[in-house]
Amino acid sequence: MEPSMDLKNTNGASLLEINFGPQHPSTHGVFRMTIQLEGEKICGLKPVFGYLHRNHEQIAENLPYAAIMPYTDRLDYVNALANNFGYALTIEKLAGLEVPERAEYIRVIMAELARIVNHITVIGFMLNDLGAFFTPLLYAFRERERILDLFEEITGSRLMNNYFRFGGVKRDLTNANLAAIQKIVSKFPAFLKEFEALLTKNEILCMRCQNIGILPADVATNAGITGPVLRASGVNYDIRKVDGYSIYNRFDFKIPLGEKGDVYDRFYIRVLEIRESLKILDQALSKIPQGEILNKKTLPFIKMPRNFKPPVGEAYGRVESPKGELGFYVVSDGTPQPWRYHVRAPSLINLTVLEEMCLGQKIADAIIILGSIDIVLGETDR
Amino acid sequence: MTLFGMGVFKGMVVTLKNFLTSYFRKPDEGGIFTVQYPEEREREIENFRNFPFLVYDGTQEKIRCVACGICERECPPKCIHIEMEIDAAGKPTRKPAVFDIDYGLCMNCGMCEEVCPFDSIFMDHAFEVTAPERVEGLVRHKEELAKSNEYFQKVRPTLASVIDQKRKAAEEKKKAAAQPPATPQEPK
Repeated sequence: MEPSMDLKNTNGASLLEINFGPQHPSTHGVFRMTIQLEGEKICGLKPVFGYLHRNHEQIAENLPYAAIMPYTDRLDYVNALANNFGYALTIEKLAGLEVPERAEYIRVIMAELARIVNHITVIGFMLNDLGAFFTPLLYAFRERERILDLFEEITGSRLMNNYFRFGGVKRDLTNANLAAIQKIVSKFPAFLKEFEALLTKNEILCMRCQNIGILPADVATNAGITGPVLRASGVNYDIRKVDGYSIYNRFDFKIPLGEKGDVYDRFYIRVLEIRESLKILDQALSKIPQGEILNKKTLPFIKMPRNFKPPVGEAYGRVESPKGELGFYVVSDGTPQPWRYHVRAPSLINLTVLEEMCLGQKIADAIIILGSIDIVLGETDR
Repeated sequence: MTLFGMGVFKGMVVTLKNFLTSYFRKPDEGGIFTVQYPEEREREIENFRNFPFLVYDGTQEKIRCVACGICERECPPKCIHIEMEIDAAGKPTRKPAVFDIDYGLCMNCGMCEEVCPFDSIFMDHAFEVTAPERVEGLVRHKEELAKSNEYFQKVRPTLASVIDQKRKAAEEKKKAAAQPPATPQEPK
């Protein structure tokens, strides 16, 4: 149906236009939707964003390359390590830096832990939107807390990690850290089993989620949707497999795919992805070698970030962030600051199909459809 | 085909099991893990970083900072302000006269700690920082920022002892270089 912004309807009855957000807790941040309703049915939806615009790209263009790293933490604040990863990868591509073997393993371990943190948070909050108030969320947060404590021990901060450096990482993992990660990894399947017993076959959850907010595969690919939202529609596209960046092509893992592309598929695919992440973690922990954690060439730039001047050129680096394709585009003009810095945020682009998913659905379902896309406003608005 | 409502029932069993076992299990294994914050506290993690502070050896006059201004220049949100002290003769003394950090602006990234070549600025563990005023309360001056090496040893023992050893070795090397050779050769 064509969304009409004037309040006229052919049936003679006028449409009800409501404003949803930006201060509504179910919008996951300062996000506003203008929804047109015919009774309870949605016949028009306009997302409005930009309330959290912080001028991220312009700030970054006035900073030395290394000083942008802590700002990338603030993009997708639920899993800062994936942002660090993407930015570090881009600058390494731009400057032609190599990463030592051990550092690559540490990066993969940390990024996969961050993916687990993100996915259990999303599932928890989505169920909050459904009305399962806080029981699943707190079970998820209990597990998340263990991983965040580990992050604090390794990176120095629970959420704003600032852990990756160009050509390596900031701090080495000790044997105690590795043992702690191993403990989390070995205990996690039991938690997931419990979590699934609580949720996956629950009739109320199935009735609310199945056949709601269907996103056809062709619409998803045309709109440039990436990440779990695309894979729930049955399109096999994961940048870890497509690009094989870092050392992902050495690990044996599967890409879970959905069938219908409804809210239930998007929920369940995240549970399956956590299992795959655990597989990667298991392999990485058993294979991690000893050695350097930072490229010797970048060592002087840790003390003197302003001397780091990549050659003139441009680079686009991308990673499979838990939300989708997170890309950084950096143009260097040979000075210590980037000439152009752009972020391709998955949350923003995944949000563009919100209207298509919501049309014809009930107003109560708009909230869970939004919840199933998994947006973070820090990244959407930048 | 399973009975309708079995999924909900099984879920309820999970919540009931969690509710009951939370009384017997340890906090680490699924027991009650809530920490009653002001009375109880979680263990402090050594690598945790919050706001920066300055280290001095012995007395406040022997502050390690030499007002070189590297942290001021490299700080991403530009929350540090330094002015060098100038003595009566008009010569810079390599000591900070003014060293302000705006805690309201600081984003705890730890960049200052990483770039400091004089092992002078480090990230603190104090997180209960509140103030009724934005400027008067949150802009910390040199006097409040300077903390003793003993305090540093207390909050971050591993890093502090590494730094102490490094400084001791550097001092001995300097002393050895300053001493004249034991047997100076006599001019012939």
